[in-house]
Amino acid sequence: MNRNQNSLFGVAALFDSPDDILNAAKKVQADGYKNYDVNTPYPIHGMDSAMGFKASKMGYVTLFFGFAAATFILAFMWWALAVSYPLVIGGKPFFALPAFVPITFEFTVLTGVLSTVFGMIAVVFNLPFNNHPIHDTNYMKSVSSDKYGLVIEAEDPLFEENKVVELLKSLGSKNIELVYNPEEEKFQIFQPRFLVFLAIIAVLTAGSTYITLNKFMYLPPFDFMLNQNKGVSQEESSFFYNKREMRTPVAGTVAREYIPYAYTGETDPKEVLSNPLLPTKKVLELGQKKFLTFCSPCHGNYADGKSRLMGQFPPGPTLHSQRIINFSDGQIYNVITNGFSIMPSYKRQITRDERWAIVNYIRVLQRAQNPKPSDFTEIKEINKESGKNVPN
Amino acid sequence: MSQIESGYVKKELPKSLGTIGAILLIAGIALGITSYLVDPARAAFSYLTSFIYLICIGIGSLFLVSLEYAAGAVWSVPFRRVSEFLAASVPFFIILVIPLFFSMHNLFIWTNPIAVAHDKVLQQRSTYLNIPFFVIRDVIIFLIWTAFYFIIIKNSRKQDVSADQKLTSRNIKFSIAFIVIFAFTISVISFDWLMSMTPHWFSTIFGVYLFADSVWVALAVLTLFSVILTERGYLSPKIRSDHYYSLGILMFAFTVFWAYIAFSQYMLQWYGNLPEEIVYYVHRWTGVWKYISLALVITHFIVPFLLLLPRGSKTNPGMLKFAAIWIIIFQFLDVYWLVMPSMVDNGFTYSFSWIDFTFPLAVVGLILWLFSVLAKKNNLLAVGDPKLKRSWEFHI
Repeated sequence: MNRNQNSLFGVAALFDSPDDILNAAKKVQADGYKNYDVNTPYPIHGMDSAMGFKASKMGYVTLFFGFAAATFILAFMWWALAVSYPLVIGGKPFFALPAFVPITFEFTVLTGVLSTVFGMIAVVFNLPFNNHPIHDTNYMKSVSSDKYGLVIEAEDPLFEENKVVELLKSLGSKNIELVYNPEEEKFQIFQPRFLVFLAIIAVLTAGSTYITLNKFMYLPPFDFMLNQNKGVSQEESSFFYNKREMRTPVAGTVAREYIPYAYTGETDPKEVLSNPLLPTKKVLELGQKKFLTFCSPCHGNYADGKSRLMGQFPPGPTLHSQRIINFSDGQIYNVITNGFSIMPSYKRQITRDERWAIVNYIRVLQRAQNPKPSDFTEIKEINKESGKNVPN
Repeated sequence: MSQIESGYVKKELPKSLGTIGAILLIAGIALGITSYLVDPARAAFSYLTSFIYLICIGIGSLFLVSLEYAAGAVWSVPFRRVSEFLAASVPFFIILVIPLFFSMHNLFIWTNPIAVAHDKVLQQRSTYLNIPFFVIRDVIIFLIWTAFYFIIIKNSRKQDVSADQKLTSRNIKFSIAFIVIFAFTISVISFDWLMSMTPHWFSTIFGVYLFADSVWVALAVLTLFSVILTERGYLSPKIRSDHYYSLGILMFAFTVFWAYIAFSQYMLQWYGNLPEEIVYYVHRWTGVWKYISLALVITHFIVPFLLLLPRGSKTNPGMLKFAAIWIIIFQFLDVYWLVMPSMVDNGFTYSFSWIDFTFPLAVVGLILWLFSVLAKKNNLLAVGDPKLKRSWEFHI
């Protein structure tokens, strides 16, 4: 839209009844005008067809943003709750679709509505303009209360001021006004009065939010949830005989899936403990990870006693000594579980399966230091198969 | 208000409509009786499915008629008589329900004294779930519906001749009363005939579920009949795409409404996961029902939603007919889905049977036959209605 300052925007005419405005719109449309608009205080049925409107394209904007929002929010919830930070909520699967549907629905509707509103503002105001020339005219005041108005814009190729005025008069308009483009685009947003208004709104909103959340919420009846008749840990109980609010489990209680270690203090449980895990690739990778985390600081990355804490801490022995090679799996497991000499117990840090995986990994390290002749032939064969040319 | 002004000329519907209806009705009844002789328990479940389906269409149509009166709707006046004809099955409910009263021991476990003696929950519910109270309240409900049907329909037909505005204002009062009573009674019907098949299960929204179903299918049948009748010139030539659009958008609205209600019920019970509640969905998620449940989401919501979403399809008669037929078929699937999995609760195992096809034939036959009989005697357009003239000027 060309907005030359102070140039004629169009001719606005007021009509008294919905029938008049319908007839006027039909006539103006029939005369071939393109750039005209009708303003009425309420929607008038049949106006769309009188003005020759085709179905609005606005729906596609809403559709696009609605689907985009639904896709985005579903993908986001999937990523947040099933991939990035999986949380068990109410025993449901991580990707609990039924629980996500209300959020998806709300987000779709919200985005659809907002995109429609902003899209309409963009089209109607012809952004970046934030004002329409017929704003702040007497014409606008009338059509917002009890009159029906029609504007023919000067941009229209058929526009001739006298002809248009005559046409509108002949259609029965008693009040015809020439509307000019505003002298200067007034950005009312930056008027001091408006800024003060915004500031007051901000203070009021923030203040009422603060008071609601920090004061009201602690007054009855909103504090019923806070003042429940329930036991709180670390507080004195007036109910239980030993005045402890938290109950201790019955002696001998064991957590689910936890298998207690029966050989605490015994030095040689090799007869009864056997390794439940096979040295598969997965187990060895787990063992390597745990070994490097918990064992390597003292025993070294290759279990040879050359650790990165050498000299700062009593050194851990090499695990390649004949004595330890002769250890049974159960004995190594026992050492990790109960500790040995100054080595502390690791049963709280490392789970049962992880300990057995470490045992398997230690066996791999030992075998690597003391290979059997058959290992070399195996390596050669593997290299031959994979096409690598490695000496020996 | 003359008939010429509305452009309506009374034309006889083709005789074949009534003949086809009568043949389907007789065939359905004959096959239905055979099926009762072959397998009375299975036939009872099939019969209940078709009976609920007929209730949905009949009482839903009467609701649409009263909704037009109560809301003062203008656009739907040309279609009102079609809805009135489709509601003509309402007086037959009281007869059609009799076979069900005789097979209650097959349908409801709570009618079995031995089962109740071993079940504390059923004992406590026996104040509501006992045979005399059940029969009495349902008979009363069907009588009330029949009374409202005759009052509203009679006033409407009288107006064709007298064009008396007082008849409209009288019908408005009856319609408002009917809508209030309907909200209550449709819940009772849904609780009695559908919910009590799984007597431990309960859902307070269930009445709304059946309401959504019934209005949805009533709208679809109305749309199908109206579009076909208009296209063949039995209604007024003044019916335009604006009227069609309103039918389409109502169908669309009730598609979404059904999904909203069905999902609300599902999500709460899925989240709570309480044994007495979730059993309803467990039965509908075992075996073949899992696929029917999933199919229902697609056929009962997603497909009609996408079909009716574009503005163009709501003004396109062909598209409207397709959507209406689609809805009529898959609404039956929904009722089937409500009834059949509950066979497990009553000690039967579900398997698909030819019996399921017999009673729907009778439903279709009854509706067609009643329509043709009534269309012979009465105008297909409410020519005396004071709102009719405004209806021709209806614009969206």
